[in-house]
Amino acid sequence: MSSSTTPADLEAGPRRDAKGEPPGRLKLGGLSINIRQSGIYIAFALIVVLFSALTDGALLQPQNISNIVVQNSYILILAIGMILIIIAGHIDLSVGSVVAVTGAVSAVLMVNYGVPWPLALLLTLVVGGLIGAWQGYWIAYFGIPSFIVTLAGMLLFRALTLTVLGNQGIGPFPDAVRTLSNGFTDSYLGNVGLGPLGGADVFSLLIGLIAIAGMAAAQWRTRAARAGYGQSVDPLPVFVLKVAAAAVLIMAVVVQLARFRNLPWVLVLLALLVLGYSLLANRSVFGRRIYAVGGNLQAAVLSGIKVKSVVFWIFVNMGVLAAVAGIIFAGRLNQAGPTAGNSFELDAIAAAFIGGAAVQGGVGKVVGAITGGLIMGVINNGMSLIGSPSERVMLVKGIVLLAAVAFDVWTKRRAGAGAR
Amino acid sequence: MTDDILHMRGITKTFPGVRALHEVSLSVRRGEIHAICGENGAGKSTLMKVLSGVYPFGSYEGRIEFDGELCRFGGIKDSEDAGIVIIHQELALCPQLSIAENIFLGNEQASRGLIDWNRTNHQAGELLRRVGLEENPVTQVADIGVGKQQLVEIAKALSKKVKLLILDEPTAALNDQDSAHLLDLLRGLRDEGITCVIISHKLNEIIDIADSITIIRDGQTIETLEMASGQVTEDRIISGMVGRDLDNRFPPHEPNVGEEVLRIEDWTVHSPSQPDRQVVSRASLTLRRGEIVGLAGLMGAGRTELAMSVFGRTYGVGISGRVYKEGREVHIRNVQDAVKLGIAYATEDRKRYGLNLIEDIKRNISSVSLGRLSRNGWVNENEEYRVADGFRRSMNIKAPSVQSVVGKLSGGNQQKVVLSKWIYTDPDVLILDEPTRGIDVGAKYEIYTIINQLADEGKAVLVISSELPELLGLCDRIYTLSQGRITGELPREEATQERLMYHMTMGQE
Repeated sequence: MSSSTTPADLEAGPRRDAKGEPPGRLKLGGLSINIRQSGIYIAFALIVVLFSALTDGALLQPQNISNIVVQNSYILILAIGMILIIIAGHIDLSVGSVVAVTGAVSAVLMVNYGVPWPLALLLTLVVGGLIGAWQGYWIAYFGIPSFIVTLAGMLLFRALTLTVLGNQGIGPFPDAVRTLSNGFTDSYLGNVGLGPLGGADVFSLLIGLIAIAGMAAAQWRTRAARAGYGQSVDPLPVFVLKVAAAAVLIMAVVVQLARFRNLPWVLVLLALLVLGYSLLANRSVFGRRIYAVGGNLQAAVLSGIKVKSVVFWIFVNMGVLAAVAGIIFAGRLNQAGPTAGNSFELDAIAAAFIGGAAVQGGVGKVVGAITGGLIMGVINNGMSLIGSPSERVMLVKGIVLLAAVAFDVWTKRRAGAGAR
Repeated sequence: MTDDILHMRGITKTFPGVRALHEVSLSVRRGEIHAICGENGAGKSTLMKVLSGVYPFGSYEGRIEFDGELCRFGGIKDSEDAGIVIIHQELALCPQLSIAENIFLGNEQASRGLIDWNRTNHQAGELLRRVGLEENPVTQVADIGVGKQQLVEIAKALSKKVKLLILDEPTAALNDQDSAHLLDLLRGLRDEGITCVIISHKLNEIIDIADSITIIRDGQTIETLEMASGQVTEDRIISGMVGRDLDNRFPPHEPNVGEEVLRIEDWTVHSPSQPDRQVVSRASLTLRRGEIVGLAGLMGAGRTELAMSVFGRTYGVGISGRVYKEGREVHIRNVQDAVKLGIAYATEDRKRYGLNLIEDIKRNISSVSLGRLSRNGWVNENEEYRVADGFRRSMNIKAPSVQSVVGKLSGGNQQKVVLSKWIYTDPDVLILDEPTRGIDVGAKYEIYTIINQLADEGKAVLVISSELPELLGLCDRIYTLSQGRITGELPREEATQERLMYHMTMGQE
């Protein structure tokens, strides 16, 4: 993930367990690592290493990295909305169908009615928001379980897709939309030689450096402010090490992309979404309320939190994000089809749970869900590179999902036993 | 030698850190109605759980002899096989099943693996006649009232060939008519030779129905009274239940009472599950600045219901009455309104209703007041940390940092987090529901000190507690609540445990 949000950036997230040394904490020199927090990132790293070895490094080739990002972008966008819903203790089974219907609406607007693309995209997002509001109303204010409402939505919006499309694909999309979903930033500043790595795009490298500088500055300011309030912070060498590691990781990905065809636009969009939603989840009043509602609904009610309104708005948000994913998916295929988004909801839900969300709600991180989605993306990509049949890919993904949740339950049980 | 059906001898049951029962003995004669009396938390329910095998043999010390045999119950199934059936206060019926299905639940009338519905419904009908319930056995349990559901429970017990029937607060949720019918039924069962043990707070009922009474206090058997002696009065039972000294468990406090802050008038609340039953009836009370007011009442008297219905209508339906804040009538429709008006309510069940146990201390403390800690919707986390750390120090919350997860703290420290959360809303009125429940003695003293400080700061505090010594040691004035009605208001000087208990057990006129 080459966004400027790193695991270290979100250490202040809600799941940090500062009390003593809970079980599942690993000591490595001066660094103490909480396995339950970091397990997902370690697992991701191991999977990347494994498939790099199995594919003789093909996994990390410039073009392949670009492919992984572009091919999974819509699932990752859905996972961002889904993790918020799961944190609040709900579920959304309808996102695949909403992806289809919003893609269809955007196609009809742009292709059939010739609406200018900026207006068409805006209208599509509004449609997504209205769909979310429809489901949010039944769930939050009418009191029907989200499982049922969104199961109904899965059918409803698939039916609506077929109606809108008249049972056929609609395309092609305007160039601007295709560039957003499939295209790359231009070589505004030309190329530069990187010795043995060959030529790379200067603009992309510059963006990468700016992202790193911004990340480091933000981390430094947070650290300084905490220290100013007398809170404990990482010692300076550890802090520098963490920031440097994140910087190297970002730069490695950016360099590989710069060697291929510059930065994919969806990556830029995704980075902005991850950054924005991470901040929303951790630092905004609204984000806090999502965790409060999922953590203990009754206590949230008795604390004066407007639970219904919180639940309503996270479904509206999910609708808008599904519309974003719908546009990108349709733009990538250059047509809106009746089967678009099939089973995307399952991938998004799996991403959230692999990424550390709890079934009971109250727990989860945006970056975790993104990592969960990338784990599945790398497995998909890596296994197809080594020529595994699709049934085996499915098998492995199923096992990974089960193992991830089993690991979470296991560490939680051990932590519980330790507290007693 | 009398014919005793049950002997419990030297029963001691300890939970981690608490000795719930200490050398308790109980003897019940065959074919009598035996009442067990004691304050909330005296150990009555624990004793009955030991008897019925909820706490299996080996998890307690002592001997149980039932019907002449030593009992080693491994679970409820064993005690039921021996003929002991317990009916809990919260009924254990499946509301969506029929009366007959409930009666034979776990004991289905089947032949060759298929349920014989004719036999089931016929036998259920006969059992219903025995308990005097005129309902069709195929009626859904959800469609009959609580009084009738209680009778279904008894019919279910009879279907198991019960010898000893234990009823835990059977009339707590019943109206007078249903209660009278139930008591008549128990007399009828006694005449059929079924022994009953009844736990009840309603002393008038006990005097009415019991043959003998065992009093338990602080996990110990105090005495057994024989009704045949004719000497037993409500006062006699009360003095047995409360006979305990007030020692130095309370910090000294000099009240400085100011003007009225909150007045509640004619407050009536109906039960959400039975909208025709009044849980609180025309209650009126007044809270003043700097004053600690107690609200005493037995379980089911409507204390929590009163508090929660005032606190943003978080309990009850059909609520009527008026609330005045500083002399001005206010309408509190939800919790947000209550918080804005400076009213705080710390729940009696902090784990279920008070805290987000998987979240850390600072986020629990800030949860009600995020508006104060944020600008344009963004939380100032450093300020949040500073505020929470201030509470950690001033309230002496024992945790390494405010980033500790609340679920891992002790009960006393959790309660301090709840109090911090509400104190940070800067309320004028604090309603503290069982503020020291499940907390050890040392932490209790700290909580009392905090309550005194709040009063000194000019806040009005309403303390709801089951522990009379606590109310007597802490409060400047005490209201008593009985069956939803305010039955007394005693200033500290006039209040004694006996007088409070008298008002708390006062029946409806």
